[in-house]
Formats: sequence, C-alpha cells, structure tokens
Amino acid sequence: MSATDTSFDRATDPYRVGHGREWLSAGAGRGYVHATGHGEGGPASKRVIVGYGFWIFLLSDIVMFSAFFAAHAVLQTATAGGPSGRELFNWWSIVLQTFLLLVSSFTCGLSAVATEARSQLWTQLALLVTGLLGVGFLALEGRDFAGMVLQGAGPDRSAFLSSLFAVVGLHGLHVSAGLLWLGTMMAQIFVKGFRADILRRMVCFNLFWHALDIIWVALFTIVYLIGLGR
Amino acid sequence: MRGGVGTVKQLPDSRSAVVTRPLQRHAVPCRMSAALIALLSVSGCSGGVLDAQGPIGAADAKILLNAVGIMLVIVVPTIIAILAFGWWFRASNTRARYRPEFVYSGGIEVVVWGIPTLVIMFLGGVIWIGSHDLDPFKPISSPDKPTEVQVVSLDWKWLFIYPDQGVASVNELAVPAGIPVHFSLTSASVMNMFFVPQLGSMIATMNGMVTQLHLAADKPGEFYGQSAQFSGDGFSDMNFILRAVPQDGFAQWIATARQSGSALDRTSYLALCQQSSNVRPFTYRTVDASLFNAVVNQQLPPCPGPNIEGPGATVRPRLER
Amino acid sequence: MFGKLTWQAIPWDQPIPLVAGSVVVLIVLAVLAWVVIKGYLPYLWREWITSVDHKRIGVMYTLLGAVMLLRGFIDAIMMRSQQAAAFRAAGYLPPEHYDQIFSAHGTIMIFFAAMPIVIGLMNFAVPLQLGVRDVAFPTLNSTSFWLTATGALLVNISLVIGEFARTGWLVYPPLSGLPYSPGVGVDYYLWALLISGVGTLMTGINFVTTILKIRAPGMSYLRMTIFCWTALAANLLIVAAFPILTATLAMLALDRYLDFHFFTNEAGGNMMMFINLIWAWGHPEVYILVLPAFGIFSEVISTFSGKPLFNYRSMVAATMFICLVSYMVWLHHFFTMGAGGNVNAFFGISTSIIAVGTGVKIYNWLFTMYGGRIRFATPMLWSMGFLVTFVIGGMTGVLLAVPPADFLLHNSLFLVAHFHNVIIGGVLFAAFAGITYWFPKAFGFKLDEGWGKIAFWLSLIGFYVVFMPLYVAGLLGMTRRLQHYDVAAWRPWVLVAGIGIIIMICAAACQVVQFVVSIRRRDELRDETGDPWDGRSLEWATASPPPPFNFAVLPDVRGEEPYWEIKRRAIETQQLSAEPKYEPIEMPRNSPTGFITAFFCTMTGFALIWHIWWMVGLGIVAAYAVFVWFAWRDVTEYSIPAEEVARFDRARRQAREQWLAQHAGQPA
Repeated sequence: MSATDTSFDRATDPYRVGHGREWLSAGAGRGYVHATGHGEGGPASKRVIVGYGFWIFLLSDIVMFSAFFAAHAVLQTATAGGPSGRELFNWWSIVLQTFLLLVSSFTCGLSAVATEARSQLWTQLALLVTGLLGVGFLALEGRDFAGMVLQGAGPDRSAFLSSLFAVVGLHGLHVSAGLLWLGTMMAQIFVKGFRADILRRMVCFNLFWHALDIIWVALFTIVYLIGLGR
Repeated sequence: MRGGVGTVKQLPDSRSAVVTRPLQRHAVPCRMSAALIALLSVSGCSGGVLDAQGPIGAADAKILLNAVGIMLVIVVPTIIAILAFGWWFRASNTRARYRPEFVYSGGIEVVVWGIPTLVIMFLGGVIWIGSHDLDPFKPISSPDKPTEVQVVSLDWKWLFIYPDQGVASVNELAVPAGIPVHFSLTSASVMNMFFVPQLGSMIATMNGMVTQLHLAADKPGEFYGQSAQFSGDGFSDMNFILRAVPQDGFAQWIATARQSGSALDRTSYLALCQQSSNVRPFTYRTVDASLFNAVVNQQLPPCPGPNIEGPGATVRPRLER
Repeated sequence: MFGKLTWQAIPWDQPIPLVAGSVVVLIVLAVLAWVVIKGYLPYLWREWITSVDHKRIGVMYTLLGAVMLLRGFIDAIMMRSQQAAAFRAAGYLPPEHYDQIFSAHGTIMIFFAAMPIVIGLMNFAVPLQLGVRDVAFPTLNSTSFWLTATGALLVNISLVIGEFARTGWLVYPPLSGLPYSPGVGVDYYLWALLISGVGTLMTGINFVTTILKIRAPGMSYLRMTIFCWTALAANLLIVAAFPILTATLAMLALDRYLDFHFFTNEAGGNMMMFINLIWAWGHPEVYILVLPAFGIFSEVISTFSGKPLFNYRSMVAATMFICLVSYMVWLHHFFTMGAGGNVNAFFGISTSIIAVGTGVKIYNWLFTMYGGRIRFATPMLWSMGFLVTFVIGGMTGVLLAVPPADFLLHNSLFLVAHFHNVIIGGVLFAAFAGITYWFPKAFGFKLDEGWGKIAFWLSLIGFYVVFMPLYVAGLLGMTRRLQHYDVAAWRPWVLVAGIGIIIMICAAACQVVQFVVSIRRRDELRDETGDPWDGRSLEWATASPPPPFNFAVLPDVRGEEPYWEIKRRAIETQQLSAEPKYEPIEMPRNSPTGFITAFFCTMTGFALIWHIWWMVGLGIVAAYAVFVWFAWRDVTEYSIPAEEVARFDRARRQAREQWLAQHAGQPA
C-alpha cells in the first residue's frame, strides 16, 4: 500500500499469536491503528496479509500433495508383476537431486538476505544460482523418468508406477513453475528495483521454494526410503 | 451374447406378491411403524425394506425403526416448540413479553448440549452393536449348512454360480427357504450393489475383490432384487428375481437347471461378458469350477465397455437394446 | 487440427438437447445483441466484468448461481417427469440422455448453483460485517469468480457440443474410466471442476486471510457476527478439502489421458481409493455449503426477532465443532462397501456426533425467538421453513448414519430425499433468505414482499410434496437413478412427486416474478436509510448500495453488535455521533486479469476435452503471459479524495438524521 512499508514489523500484526498490548503505543500512527482497549487495531499491514495468504496457499498445496502421498502409500505394492522401486531407483541420481535441491534452498535463503541488504548484484546472483540448481534437479529427474519409460517401466505399467510418476512429477511440475516464477522475479527486480510490492513477492517466492524442499523431504522418505523397504 | 435383446422380462407385481404371502409374522414392525408415522406404515406392508422376509432384513428394519423412535422423542417436541415459539412471539401478539435481554442462560446451555449428547450416546450404542451384529460378512448362526452362491455383476445382468451344485443362472436366483445363504460377490466390470430389499443388507460388488453377504428367507416367496449402484446405461434393467423355494423345490430347480441350457466355461463367459441389458433369465447346465476365482484374480480380463466404431461412436456410443 | 471434434459432436439426431441448446444459444446471443445495441458494453466492462469490488463480485456470483439454479431445476423437472412416465415404459428420455441429466443436475446444483450463491453472499456481506473496505486479495477474488464461470460455461457447452458425463455427479470409477466411458462426457466434468475448483480454492485462501487479518478496529474474534464465523469455518474447509478434490480428479484425468492406473480395473488400480478420496472432499463440502447457510439464518432470526443471537459463544463453539468433526465422517457414504463392523461403527458414531453441534444450533435459534418480537418478513419465513424442514432432514441423516439402516436405504430414493431435504431446506432456503435480506443493501430497494411470500409458501409445499413421497419410495426399495422401473408399488409415490414438481415450477415462476415486479416498482420500494430491517451488524451502518469504499471511516467496534449499539446511542442522545475527520481512501484499481485468465482457461479446458493439443499449448503460454502482464503493473491503486468521501458520508448522515427524527422518543 505505502512505499514505506518495507520491513516486517511484528508490531503491525495485531492478530499475531500471543500478542500483548504494548505494540499499541509503539505502533500508533501506523496504518489504521487505533487503540480500542481490546487489542485489535484494524486491518493488518499489506506485507502481513500477503505473507499470511501465501502461507495458507502453501498449506493447501501440501494438502494436495498429501492426497498424492496417500495414493502412493496405497498403491506402493501394486506392482502388477512389474518392477518394484528397489529394482528401479537410481540411488546416485536421487541423492544428487536431493543435494541440488537442498543447496538451492540455501542459495534462495541467501537471495533473501541480499534483498534485505538491497544489493541488486548479490540478489540476482543468488537467484541465478538457485535457478541453475533447480534446472539441474529437473534435468536429473527427467533423465531418470526417461530411463524408466525406455525400460518399459512407465506410468502405464502398473498402479505403483502411476502413483510414483504422479507424485514425483507433481513435485517436478512445482519446481518448473517455481523456475518460471524465479525468472520473472529476477526480471522484475532488475527493472523495478526493490519496490514494496516486489519485496512482498520475494517473500512469497522464498516461502514457495522452501516449501518445495519440505515436500521433497517427505517425498524422499515416503517414496524412496520406504519404497526401498518394500 | 446379447440374450433377450428386445424382449421384456416378466416381473412380478410386488403388490400381488404381498397378497399371497402371510403377513402375521410381520405384524410387529408394521404396528410399530404405524404408531410412529403413517408414511412408514404405508411402506411397511407393501414389499419394501420394512416388509422384511428374513432374519437379516428384520433385524435391519428393527434397528431402523428403533433409531427413528429414539430420534422422534427429541424431534417432535423440537418442531412443536419451533412453531409454538414462532407463533406466540409474533410481533402482533401484545400478550407475549418482549425480553431482548434474554441472550444467555447457563442452564439452557447445559441442556442444549446435554440432551443431544445423551441421545447420540444412546444411539451410538445402537450403532456399535448393530454394526457388529449385522456386519454383512458375519455368518448367520444356524444348524443348517448355508447354501453357497457366487455372484458376479456384469454389464448389465447378474450371474449367479452355485459352486456346490455346479450350475449357474443369469438374472434369476433360487435359494432354499429357511436356510442361510452365503453370497461371495465380485464384479466383472464396474461397481454394482447386490440388494434384495425384503431380505435386508446390500453389499457392493467390485472388480478384483470379493465381498461377503449372509442372508436368509424365512418362507418361500419371490423377491425383487436389483443393483443399488448406478453402473451405466443398462442399469435400470439390472434386476432379478430371488425365488425362495422349499428344500425339495430347490433340489428340483437344480435338477431342471442341470438338464437344460449351455455350459458356462471361459469362452461362454467372455461372450456373456459383453454389454447387454434387459436379459431374460436363463440357466447354465454346468459351470467351470474355477471361473469365479479366475474373475476375482483377474485371470479373466475385466469385461469390455461399449464397442467403439467410427468417430461418431467415440462421442456417444449407443446402447444396443 | 481439431482433435476429436467433428460435426458429429453436435447431437443433430437428438431433438431435446438440440432444441434446448439452440434456445439457450439464441437467448445468449439476444442478450449480447441487446447489450451491444443499447451501448451497455463499455459500462458492463468497466463497472462489472473488470470490477474487483467484493460487492459487485458477490452480486455476479449470486446471479451466476441463480441462473445455474434454473438450469439445474430444468434437469430436475425432466428427471421427475421421466420417472413419472416410465413405469413399464421407456419414457421420453433414452438412458444415455437420462444419465447425462442426473449427472448434470448434481454437478450443476452443487458446484455451479449452491457454491456460487453461498460464495456470492459471503463475498457481499463478510467485508461489510467486518467493517472493512474489501477482501485481502481483490484481483484474485475477481479471478476466482471468472474461473467458476468458466466451469459453468464448460458444463453448458457440453449440452450442445458432445455430451456430459453419464456416471452420476461423482464419476465413480471404473465406470468413469476410459473403457466404460469412452466419450467426452467425463472429460467435460473433469476440466470444468478442475478449473472452477482452483477458483474456489483461491476464494478459500482469500476469505481465511480476510477474516483472520482484516477486521475493523476493535473487531475481536468474539465480536464477529456468526455469519463471519461460519464463513471462516467454511473457507477453512475449502482450503483443506478442495486440494483433495483437485488431486483426485487429476488422478482420474491421468488415468483417462495418459493411461495411468490409479483407479482402473487393470494393473493394480484401486477404485475404492477414489471413493475414499472423493468423499474426504465430499463430506466437508456439505458443510462448506451448510455452515454459511446456518450463518445466514442466525443473522436473519436474530434481526427479525429483535434480539441478539442466543448463546452466541455456544454458537461459535458449535460451528467450529462441526467444522472439525466433518473431516472424520467421510466413510458413511459407503458403509455398504464392506469395511467391517469396527470401521462402520466408528464412522456411524462420528457422524451422529455432528448432530450434537447442529442440535445446539437449532436450540439456540429457538431461544433467540423466545422472548422476541418476531416480524415475519420473507427472510424470516424462509428461516422458519428451514428450522422445521432441517430438523426432519437431520433426523433422516442420523438414521442413514446407523449402518444397519443404511444397509437398507443406501443409494435409495430415501437417501435422495434426505440430502435434498437438507440441501433445499438448508442451503437453498438460506440462499433465498440471504438474497431477500441483503438485496436492499446491494441495490437500495427491497424485494416485493407479496410475491416473495407466495414463492416461499409454494416452495415449502412443493418441497414436501416432492420429497416426502420419495422417502416412502426409498423405504419401498426404490433405488436412485432409474431410467424406468417395473415395480407397481413405487408408482403412486413417484406420481405424487411428479405433481410436487409442478408446484415447484410455480414457486420458481413466482421467484422470477418477484424480481421483475420489484425492479419495476423500485421507487416505491426504495430504502434511503441503509437499514431497512432494523439490523444489528455493521453492513447496515453504511448507505444502500454502499460506496466502493464501504465506510467513510472504519467503524470503531466496541461490542458484539456494533451497529445496534450505535443506533441505540443515537436514539438515546437524539443525535448522531460527531462528524469524523475525512481522509482520502486508497482502493484497488479494477483489472481485467480475472476475465482474461478465465478466457484462456476456457480455451485450454475445451482444447483438453477435445484433444486439440496446439490450443492447449497456446492457452498455457497465454496464461503465463497474463500472469507476467499483471505482475508488471506499476499502479495498483487509486485514491478517492477526502471531499468525495465527505460528500457521500454527509448525505448518508442526513438520511440517518431524518430517520432519527422519525424515531424520536421511541424506546431503544
């Protein structure tokens, strides 16, 4: 809303968990804040609203993933005479993918630090590295998928492979969407600089990229580690 | 195999079936229902689920009526109170006292949470006991050995296999009255639900799975049976007659079946598997003993769907009748 | 070039869909021509299509829902007349057509009639009741609406081009799989719901954020209206349930398009998983619809009884209780799939437990009326009709939660009667109550009470005449979705239901007449005060219709019924509160993003249904382009100068002062 609203100030979030009343005086004069004696000072700041809404979106996205995880858990043994995970998984590739994604999360975090410091160069650099790591991750995943399909172990072979391709592919789709967003983000920061609305989007992008990591950890456990035991 | 194409199956008028059937045994549920709601009593004596003709159906219906009874105790006073409060506190009634400050009462709060909770606790007991006693998989205790019937739902007809007798029938089911019947059910294509309303519990049939159902008919009679799960264009004709016959009549029915009809082997099964509807009942002289398991284990492929010929058919395949 | 799409996709040989489709196309073209010739198009584009104002979007949602309600009702008429005619006869609808009609009826009524009306009313009323200017993400809100409209459009296109699903409204596999449903019907269903489902999910996110983060100063949780609470609960359910629907339908789409094996008979697919997943969404969906309905009734009953809602906190608790427990009951939709005694008993009991929360609500409404001074305006009549009807529907619902009873009644017309009993008696009555209640707020004049009351009585009687016989037919063993039947005992009940639908037709006609008459008599029905019903919550504190910014200054909330207290203070002191200091207000600019996105989504959806792959690619690229274009905007808001705010608010204050003069000396 206002260009001055750039830093996250907990005091502007009247509904934060465990809030006291001391912020009322500290935050007086900001936005709609009026002391009413009940601890609620009107609408939260835009930064809080955007971040909060994006959190809710991420939660809903995780619910969608959990449906796919549930389907995979049900179908993990339904190999219909086809190959099981133990025969198919390429361990080096999976470990490398995990490594690339975890490092990309770290560089994504660095981009947030660079943004706080308002450094165009470092922000762009950190985002670029994040993007390259993401591309590397996708390339490895695509190579694994292509290899499986060529072996005759594509998603049409068995219900197990259907759910495997679906849940891993859905994550890959999220990474691809994240890369598109990342590219757009870099262009926007380059053209428009560290404007308030751009900064809010940066927060959301960071949240999104870290959420992909969290989902990958679950995926690694449920699909690959447990799949190995089957 | 498109048996009975263009023919109309003879169906009994279930009202006339009632006339031929003794009613005294079911006087208790009928009287109960009459005491509860007039509507229920109307339905209770004319061939529906409240006109139960076997122990499972009677027990199901008893729980149904008990549950209605328990709930009516609370529902009827509530409806009366809604109408009474609405009428008495109308704005034009000067005798009603306006009490805008009456917005909270701890006592009422306890009552409005308490009474529904108590009713649901009581009903929860009924649910718990009923769910276990009347689990469709649970055998009926009886000195007689149950009649075994394997059921396969096809598009859109019912195949009944008698493994012990080695015969099979389509859209016609004969069982001895007074003896439990054990059904093992599966589907050759899409999901259906096997349901004979007057005998009680229904159960789903699904491809690659076997469900179990235990039913019994108290007395000889003809009962309407149907699929209770929509399964495609021919669904409305997917019904059958369950004929409960005396023991010697059942032996006779088996003997007749053994003498006529063709043999049910894998080849004729695959022919039967094709979509067809409104199939006139018929029987098979012999039956491949491994057929049911082959369907369940998918050694026999699931039945095909509609034939697709030409581009127009992809849009709306016609139902052949 | 056009995938599977050929001229044969249009049902030249089937007169009923052909004529119906042509008539609809003609009407749409005529309306468009009228709009263009009259020169309304720029106005519509500027003020409605690109609007991000929550009130406008709410009105458009409700209008979409109302139009789709009529479409679904026509399906209902066809179903009831077919069954009335099809005793030992073929009727006039062949099975392949009848099956599409009941599938379309369910899909349209739930997704494109009930949901849009409920979301529309939330859109309209929630920000006003919270005392704020708009929702958290206004452009997203507009996109949500247009995506819902996309889904509705796709379903209706299937009437003319191709076919709709012939599987029932929840497309159970394997019937909905490619081998058994090779046509495009299920694809229409899938893409319509996937696209509109994304819209609904965004609504959920938007409203949860709005209610939790954007409220007027002093509006603590326990000062929000019950409608806001129920909206919060419903939107939490949307956020947690709609992703499951999206995932489930996406899996089915993968089965149909890319030969996956989630739910197929072959290769280890598991159709029971679909049924579990779809109901893990489906049961919360019921409460997404009915909780806001409860909220509307709470507002109406309290306003027309002239009393605050009885046991407000207990009502909040019951709402959140239902919200939570609604996730633990989904298996009661398939007790007959053989889950075993323990599982069935658990879900049977958890289902009945929901009735505790609902029971508490019923009694709280009852005691709200107790000691009240009840005015039987149309919204209150709908509420009374609801209370009685819903108690009956709740009872049959608990009955179906008893597994042994469900073994007899599952999928029967008893079940059909039950869920119509709660959805018509609950959601639809609430929709009509809510529309009548908030119509003067949205447009500045009341609806005609005479026609409204006639419509109410006909609907109520029609409902009972249609559905009570269906309860009986269900007890007689009649299963649902029968295109024809041979059992004589069922026939009288089906015929009575057929007569009932005629009464319902009259009721629907009266509704339409009500709107026409009210619009023609709008000057007599005009309300200048902004508070036609003697309301209690904040939406009545501003003018009717409210300005784009809703409130000149955000209200300062000091109690549970802020507007009632403002009014009482004004009457006691015989003056309005002092004139505030007006400041300029920043509001979000209108944006065509939603409309353009929906345009490309419609294109992509249609292309996916007919396998026109180049068009799919084009649509996705265009969607990304719209996203970048929207993200590139530099100016997102416009400012309303303080003088304009002051001018508006002084006019409103003048009207209120007149009202105050008329009410001088009356007890508060």
